[in-house]
Amino acid sequence: MNKKIRKVTTHISQNEVLLFERSSAGKKAYELPPLDVPEVDPAKLLGAQARQDLGHMPEVSEVEIIRHFTRLSTWNYAVDHGMYPLGSCTMKYNPRVNEAVARLTGLAEAHPYQPERISQGALRILKMLSEQLIEITGMDAITLQPAAGAHGELTGILLVRAYLESLGNPRKKVLIPDSAHGTNPATAAMAGYAVENLKSNAAGMVDIASLVAQVNEDVAALMLTNPNTLGVFEQEIHKIAEVLHAKGALLYMDGANMNALVGKTRPGDFGVDVMHLNLHKTFSTPHGGGGPGSGPVACKKILEPFLPSPVVVTKPDGTLGFDYNRPQSLGRVRMFYGNFGMHIRALAYIMANGPDGLRQTTEDAVLNANYIRKGLEGAYDLPYKTPTMHEVVFSDHIQSQKGIKTGDIAKRLIDYGFHPYTVSFPLVVHGAIMIEPTESESKESCDMFIEAMKDIAEEVEEHPEFVLEAPHNTRISRLDETMAARKPILRWKPQSEAVGK
Amino acid sequence: MAYPADYRYTKEHEWLKVEGNTGTVGITDHAQESLGDIVFVELPKVGTELTAGKTLGTVESVKAVSDIFAPASGTVTEVNEALNTSPEQVNKDAHGAWMVKVKLKDPSEANRLLSAADYEKYVAAEGGH
Repeated sequence: MNKKIRKVTTHISQNEVLLFERSSAGKKAYELPPLDVPEVDPAKLLGAQARQDLGHMPEVSEVEIIRHFTRLSTWNYAVDHGMYPLGSCTMKYNPRVNEAVARLTGLAEAHPYQPERISQGALRILKMLSEQLIEITGMDAITLQPAAGAHGELTGILLVRAYLESLGNPRKKVLIPDSAHGTNPATAAMAGYAVENLKSNAAGMVDIASLVAQVNEDVAALMLTNPNTLGVFEQEIHKIAEVLHAKGALLYMDGANMNALVGKTRPGDFGVDVMHLNLHKTFSTPHGGGGPGSGPVACKKILEPFLPSPVVVTKPDGTLGFDYNRPQSLGRVRMFYGNFGMHIRALAYIMANGPDGLRQTTEDAVLNANYIRKGLEGAYDLPYKTPTMHEVVFSDHIQSQKGIKTGDIAKRLIDYGFHPYTVSFPLVVHGAIMIEPTESESKESCDMFIEAMKDIAEEVEEHPEFVLEAPHNTRISRLDETMAARKPILRWKPQSEAVGK
Repeated sequence: MAYPADYRYTKEHEWLKVEGNTGTVGITDHAQESLGDIVFVELPKVGTELTAGKTLGTVESVKAVSDIFAPASGTVTEVNEALNTSPEQVNKDAHGAWMVKVKLKDPSEANRLLSAADYEKYVAAEGGH
């Protein structure tokens, strides 16, 4: 049984005050050389515009600044620190070779306005990545512009709208399963469509009968995540595509879970018309704070004319360049060519792995999720027994009998040194515990995680109040989320202001 | 928690109490229970026209923001301003913490809603998983 750790004193790295509070008058972190030009009085030059009161600026030394930010950085939890099993987010390791390549001077210092003739390498990266992603997804064309997943979704649905408009009728509705990412309905609404909910069946998949009943000439598209957020592969995806296509509707695939398919099957082959990829998930570019993201959109030929402009083309002289002359294009969705730094990293990842390596990562991701599923079966309730792909969704059904919810278990997991799993999502599972280990984790770290989760399940049985108060080993213990929302304190005030001076 | 027998209920978990042609609207105890600690309630202004089944406001908890749907059509005549400063009232007494009073267009619309007994059954079936 774990005993609550009592600290004799708070370690300095766990008790960092604001830089403002460290300030002492006259201290500074720089030393300028003596003035070698005549001094100018700003008030004379600017008159009343010269600012007299600079407000509260922290006055600190260089080493104080460095220590301040270095200490703060140690409060962070990252995938470089430990396992990050945040389901649906695919927090896989970002290989260092990606960074090495992205930091090559010629790439890191390239300017988007430099002439095409001296940008051939960068253009080639865009072209190679485009071709390889098309190959992986089985689609016909791609744009690398969107800045992240939700942006890719919007671009994809705008492509659907542009295509349907070109046929004379943009249609009215987008169908979305109840297990979808929350961004899907937001995307459909942003693109001007009404959202219609599609219920999952008992296996956690799209119910074909309801789909047939709901698809008509008003439906522009179905937005489907495959594997879905339960980690379940939609086995009748080809039938789903047929039902839609028969009524002239399109199939959009949210590619957030593509890391379960790469090298094994291709959306383009099972009837998907348009999809986005999350380079920051599937293709190992930094994710969550370390971004930016990147959400390329791949599509079938029918949608190609509408892709954002410009696109990379090979010119008659054999060099690469941008084609801006695309009359049916949506226009730009992002300045320049998207988050180019991420394109470099994703290409580095794909090429370092090669086809067999990518297939292996997919297999390992699925194997890890199933290993954890097996390890935790019994200790936690498994609401959907359908085979799991790259992630597994348990529920807090057993633990909630003792008053312990998924959020409490997640907070206790922090004490064991893990980043929490995804809490309360997908919405179709009450009290969801969503775990995605990714292929990055070894058997040993999966075992450690399983053990931690099992220990917590035991703690819930024996000392539920202990779990309810977690985390215990962190700098700050459990926050009062309700109070924070009801009576938020939004800014720090200096002592003088706080006492009402 | 007992569901008052003189209220009618929606499948979206609002309650409606009809007195003459005045309707009083709130959310059910089951709704507050599943939302968790409520931190903010956004209500329409007096005079707003409500349509049955359409959004009348939102209720925000630590977990989520949810729409409140109008159980019946009509015009808002009174808003429970006290919820602005103490949204926790909804957690404490969902069936007492009313949100808006409405001059109903057609009080008989209420007959289409669930009775307390039917709502209780509905909630029990919904929470099956």
